[in-house]
Amino acid sequence: MIVTVDNLSHRYGERVALAGVTFQVREGEIFGLLGPNGGGKSTLFRILSTLMAPSGGRAVVAGHDVDRSPENVRRRIGVVFQSQSLDKKMTVAENLRAQGHLHGLSGSALRQRIGEVTGRLGIASRAGDLVETLSGGLKRRVEIAKGLLHRPVLLLMDEASTGLDPGARRELSQYVSELRDREGVTILLTSHILDEAERCDRLLLLHAGRVVAEGTPAQLKARIGGDVVVLETAQPATLGPQIAARFHVQPSTVDATLRIEIANGHRFITEVVEAFPGLIESVALHKPTLEDVFVHETGASLW
Amino acid sequence: MVRFLLPVATLWQRELYHFWRQKSRVLGVVASPLIFWLVIGFGSGEQGPRFFFPGTIVLTVMFSAIFSTISIIEDRREGFLLSMLVSPASRASLVLGKTLGAATLAWIQGAILLVFAPVAGFHPGLLQLLEVAGALFLIALALSAMGFFFAWKFDSSQGYHAVMNLLMMPMWLVSGAVFSIASAHGWIRAIMWVNPLTYSLSLLRGLLAEAPDPAEPSLAAGFAVTTAFGLALLAASVVLANRKSVRNVG
Repeated sequence: MIVTVDNLSHRYGERVALAGVTFQVREGEIFGLLGPNGGGKSTLFRILSTLMAPSGGRAVVAGHDVDRSPENVRRRIGVVFQSQSLDKKMTVAENLRAQGHLHGLSGSALRQRIGEVTGRLGIASRAGDLVETLSGGLKRRVEIAKGLLHRPVLLLMDEASTGLDPGARRELSQYVSELRDREGVTILLTSHILDEAERCDRLLLLHAGRVVAEGTPAQLKARIGGDVVVLETAQPATLGPQIAARFHVQPSTVDATLRIEIANGHRFITEVVEAFPGLIESVALHKPTLEDVFVHETGASLW
Repeated sequence: MVRFLLPVATLWQRELYHFWRQKSRVLGVVASPLIFWLVIGFGSGEQGPRFFFPGTIVLTVMFSAIFSTISIIEDRREGFLLSMLVSPASRASLVLGKTLGAATLAWIQGAILLVFAPVAGFHPGLLQLLEVAGALFLIALALSAMGFFFAWKFDSSQGYHAVMNLLMMPMWLVSGAVFSIASAHGWIRAIMWVNPLTYSLSLLRGLLAEAPDPAEPSLAAGFAVTTAFGLALLAASVVLANRKSVRNVG
């Protein structure tokens, strides 16, 4: 196990951010922490990256306790922050060199490694450019290169694809899975973006500081039998109980829509529309997504 | 040792890169003390330019030190310092690298003003000039360490700026920069004797002049107090930076 988190808790004054979180990350996997903002992801990330001491419980990263021996953890992890940690006024190469120095790398070994990581992330040709001239997607890749420089066994990535357009996001995901394969680095990322979470090997769903579910994306989605039907209506509060009584289902109200998990959704659609003429404004059916899992487990929306 | 010095050197170098790439900064830091000197100095009579000159240099150094350390606040929450905080480099090397960088920039900008020394009525020889430069670096280091110490605790640069103005400006006003300790009255005079900056200023003034003024703290006292002040703030900054965080900022 490369990460072992045991009954971890954290509070900011009165506010509980983590309430007894337990999970493990295996070597070589891409592990995702999925949940809405404020769910505890960022707190967990800050604790695992040794930026903050937890109020209770234990987290062991690469064999060392994050609270008791942060120096040993820092040597073995690479961290990619949500916010930019690059120096805009320096070039890509200068940023990477500075990062190498912080990790005790220097001289030809450092130069060679910079060549390696920039090549791997497709930014070698931009090495001499000032960071402020790069696009958002390229900057993220430089951030990752920076995190990888000292050959960490674990790469922690906080909302790495936030703010990127879908194309850049897909590209980033590809780089990430290539890194796992070629550098053999385990990746722990936080996200609230579904397609990013879909590409993880395993996921932990966090809500209000607690673990609500854990498993592969397929396992999680299998928790919902059948289909998901979403009804748009002007009166969710009255229609919900009526549907519940008539079809023996449990609709959940999310953002003024009714969401119903049901087998053979296509048949249900015709019946429900006929049963309540005029009350339903639109109907949609889809196979369960991770967001549905989240709603299923928490009754709350992911956003 | 290399593991300690490499981060120090890289942080120091980073400050210089920044400075070099934003040369307009020099103007902002040097211009206002220079205007102060020209107006107050030349407006207040024959001895004005000479009297106000050392204080002008210290003011420049002070502005630059505040300006450089202000970046710590944003840098620590989101920015370059974040990656420093999760690297194995020691916090002491972070403090030293950043402070040395800020001090170097402050020193350069203070030294630029030395060009005007002859206009102010100072004519230091080469050896004297080297001594002045050395003292100036010491002052720059002390003020940068002070900047670091306060910047680390703040989470907004506005708050930091407000407090630094409230703290540093009065400190400068009662350092002998605008009136000498000999001419000061009552409790202000007492404050001047305990103000470390008084000693820094008399050190600079004494080294620039042909002979130090016996009414002011001696050169030895100036050197000793400035050094002790700088070292104390550096040590305090290291202690502060080593504290574990339980808040939402690094």
